[in-house]
Amino acid sequence: MRAANKSAEAKKPKRHQTDEFGRRRNSKRKARKLLEKKADSMPVVELAGPKLERVVDAELVDPAPSGGIREVFRQTYLLRLIVSRQLAQMYAASLLGLLWSYIQPALRFAVYFFVFGVVLKNAHGGIPNFALHLFTGMVFVHYFTETWSGGTKSIWTNRALVLKMRVPREIFPVTSMMVAAYHTGPQVLILAISCAVIGWHFSFVGILAGLLGLAILITFSMALALIFSALNVFFKDFQNIVQTFTQFLHFLVPMMYAYSMLAKLGAHHKWAYELYFANPVAEAVMLLQRLFWAPTLEPKQYAKEFPPDLWERGFIMLAACLVLLVIAQKFFARLEGKFPERL
Amino acid sequence: MSRDSIVVENVSKDFTMQYHRTLKQMAVATMRRLPLKETFRAVNDVSFTVEQGESIGLMGLNGSGKSTLLKLINGVMRPDAGTIHTRGRIAGLIATGAGFHPQLSGRDNLYLNGAILGMSEAEINRKFDEIVDFADIGKFLDTPVSHYSSGMYARLGFSIAIHVDADIFLADEVLAVGDRPFKKKCMAKMQEVRRQGTTIFYVSHATASVRSMCDRVLVLESGHLNFDGDVEEGIHYLQYDDDEETNEALGDAELGADI
Ligand SMILES: Nc1ncnc2c1ncn2[C@@H]1O[C@H](COP(=O)(O)OP(=O)(O)O)[C@@H](O)[C@H]1O
Ligand SMILES: [Mg+2]
Repeated sequence: MRAANKSAEAKKPKRHQTDEFGRRRNSKRKARKLLEKKADSMPVVELAGPKLERVVDAELVDPAPSGGIREVFRQTYLLRLIVSRQLAQMYAASLLGLLWSYIQPALRFAVYFFVFGVVLKNAHGGIPNFALHLFTGMVFVHYFTETWSGGTKSIWTNRALVLKMRVPREIFPVTSMMVAAYHTGPQVLILAISCAVIGWHFSFVGILAGLLGLAILITFSMALALIFSALNVFFKDFQNIVQTFTQFLHFLVPMMYAYSMLAKLGAHHKWAYELYFANPVAEAVMLLQRLFWAPTLEPKQYAKEFPPDLWERGFIMLAACLVLLVIAQKFFARLEGKFPERL
Repeated sequence: MSRDSIVVENVSKDFTMQYHRTLKQMAVATMRRLPLKETFRAVNDVSFTVEQGESIGLMGLNGSGKSTLLKLINGVMRPDAGTIHTRGRIAGLIATGAGFHPQLSGRDNLYLNGAILGMSEAEINRKFDEIVDFADIGKFLDTPVSHYSSGMYARLGFSIAIHVDADIFLADEVLAVGDRPFKKKCMAKMQEVRRQGTTIFYVSHATASVRSMCDRVLVLESGHLNFDGDVEEGIHYLQYDDDEETNEALGDAELGADI
């Protein structure tokens, strides 16, 4: 039977030769044979008693899910369930479990600190409290890359559900973001404790900068996760592209070297400077350093380590990322209709 | 208040088949002037209305678009043309089984599926034992579903879907994989649900069970809805043409009977 189907596939056009009513050649005969063979394949059970009336208290609606990310956050129970299952699944067969998500960042931090804080000590521009400067950047870059790369794969890895069940599909990239947040949370705690130990003082400016940086990071990573998760359904190349980019990202934010070095570069190569700071992650990292790293120093120590237009850039960047998120959502909604047939 | 349960208007669904996925294959195909993709209409301008509580038998040869139509109704797919409207909660089993996450255990999948089908945590907890009992998967409840047999898979999927207390229940040919006693149990449960006024869509080639389960039959032929009406007439329509002789003369073609 399989072989017969194969050869029918080979002469494809013939398969759909139908008359104007959509009847295939010989269809009646086929149907007769099929029904003869299957007539009693299911047991017969009669209706027991009269039918009852069921009153459905709902409107007639389009059954396809709509509403995007907002809809996802309305279904909190489902979201919680999917996030916790994803976490459980990630560590299902590993001895160290959740610890793995700390070992890798810890090792990377150790290596970077050794190279840029010890070996190349004079190259980074003499940043005071360099470890904090570096760690702040690493924690939030980690959050960003995990959201982006996890989100990119999310639709594909959850294809069993996407194919069969009616869920707002944005839930899968959103889940990646939540998982990344879950992993990053304890790192932020470690960062905060380190700051407190070294001597951090409270300032509203710092808090505001941190919130702005976080908002940029969340909107930007979410937008990218949405766009790339949809693209990755059609071409698996995108998950490799994302992986490549995330490798470079550590070097493209001001954490291993000082902003003042970039400012010097900007004096001669304006375009390179602008290109560098067109990256929302670079802007976000600086804002977060303003919250964590700067308050451990005297103002004159970090005065030259932030661009004079940090705030203007920050707000413009947030606006741009919000626009990008709206576009990403539209883009996702457009491609989403084709997911089930492409997975 | 109107009693419409499902309203389908001029719905079409196209599938695009991309033949070549890598750049090299695409370049080669372009050079040889082969088509890069082909679209094919799986559901063609279908319209019908179903009242709440009606039980519909959906029939047609394999590949006629039955599963696709069900996917459109439950919202997994969107139509390319036309509109679909449904009232109330929809549950069911479509194509080859339930949407389970292969690495997760039966228990986790039960909760996940229940939540996706719109049940609250409390509701799932309340029905948990009943669902597990009905599915009869015993000690496999905490094993990943990838280790399940196709029968167990179908049993758990059906059991969750039927316990959702949906307003519309869709049953595709999935039940065909179960063993006879379980099939019987499922049919009995479906009759119970039907009696409570749930709208039912039942896809089957088994004429005897369609006769007992359905009030109305729809026949799809290559995506066209060519018959909509009485059960007996529908079954007859599917098999017999007006001019029998021409059909007989066409000779033996093999029967694509696998699902
Ligand atoms: N994801 C898909 N991509 C391309 N073609 C598809 C896809 N799913 C189904 N089809 C095609 O659509 C037609 C109808 O399929 P289906 O609805 O599964 O039929 P049935 O359930 O009646 O056997 C078939 O010819 C099938 O090959
Ligand atoms: Mg089918």
